[in-house]
Amino acid sequence: MFNTKSGRFTILFICILLAISTYLGLEKAPDAAVTVFLAPEILFMLGSFPVTNTFFWEIILSLIIMITAIRIRYTLKQQPGTFQNIVELLIEGGSNFVDTITNDKEKTKKIFPLVFTMFLFILITNLFGFLPGAAAVNYDDVTLFRSVMADYSFVLMMTLVIIIIAHIVAVVTNGPFGYIKKFINFSSPLNFALGIMEIISEFAKIFSLSFRLFGNIFAGEVLAAVMLFLMPYFLPLPFIFLGLLSSMIQAFVFSLLATIFITMASEKASSEDLVLT
Amino acid sequence: MEVESVRLIAAGVTIAVGAIGSAVGEGMIAAKAMEAIGRNPEIQSKLTPLIFVTMAITESTAIYALVISLIIIFG
Repeated sequence: MFNTKSGRFTILFICILLAISTYLGLEKAPDAAVTVFLAPEILFMLGSFPVTNTFFWEIILSLIIMITAIRIRYTLKQQPGTFQNIVELLIEGGSNFVDTITNDKEKTKKIFPLVFTMFLFILITNLFGFLPGAAAVNYDDVTLFRSVMADYSFVLMMTLVIIIIAHIVAVVTNGPFGYIKKFINFSSPLNFALGIMEIISEFAKIFSLSFRLFGNIFAGEVLAAVMLFLMPYFLPLPFIFLGLLSSMIQAFVFSLLATIFITMASEKASSEDLVLT
Repeated sequence: MEVESVRLIAAGVTIAVGAIGSAVGEGMIAAKAMEAIGRNPEIQSKLTPLIFVTMAITESTAIYALVISLIIIFG
């Protein structure tokens, strides 16, 4: 892509576009105070459905990922090119890593697609948040592109998907009665107290998993914005680097914990495990 | 005191107290990891991702405090 003439022209064109958009954004930017919004801003209404900037950005990124994946799928070669090599490396490494947690090829086959898709999506949305000039693109004085993971509703949805899948897996492996016995157990006072602790810890899982990702990404954005306000161009650089690092690590940690939750649910709960967890 | 100043103090105290625990925890992780690498330098490449992951998990309590204080300030 970088070697052909048309490729170079494309990159040049994108750079010019970004420069113009940044300039226009600077022209429009309010001259005082850091403006940070906890909730995503509404771009326009589609009937009664509010289309927010994170939703818009998320749809675009999903389309990009889907098109890339389909393109890779239909241009698979025996001798892989550079891009296919990178994708193969990622998928193979990820699958091997999930294998070390599950210790079971069959389980890996079932868990891996979900977890790896989440990892890729979180990673790509986080990294696109650092696209230079993207924050300056406006529509009706609302930033068009905002980091998707800085929208709590989206992170909560992903967490709920994982937790619900873990519970379904637990019901399937232990049977409905074994599943209920884990939470409500009258065999002894100690087991009853542990069952209640188990219920609380299920809710704690949802909050800790979702707040970890959301907090890191949102805090990174706010930190960069505050530093940009204090001293433009140079002071934010180390914080942006920190945000880059944490966005990658959080994508990894989120999918790792998802794998661990689902794997833990898929193991048969014996009486010893009940005491341990 | 005015409401605004109480809010600012609350936000400051939240993050200040909330960061203590995770700071100590991360320091312990780093110290133990250094110790392990010092004893057995070959393990470094295996240990590095684990250090990052455990640090990210330890950091989460501080992140909760940060989220709360950001909500107090901006929300």
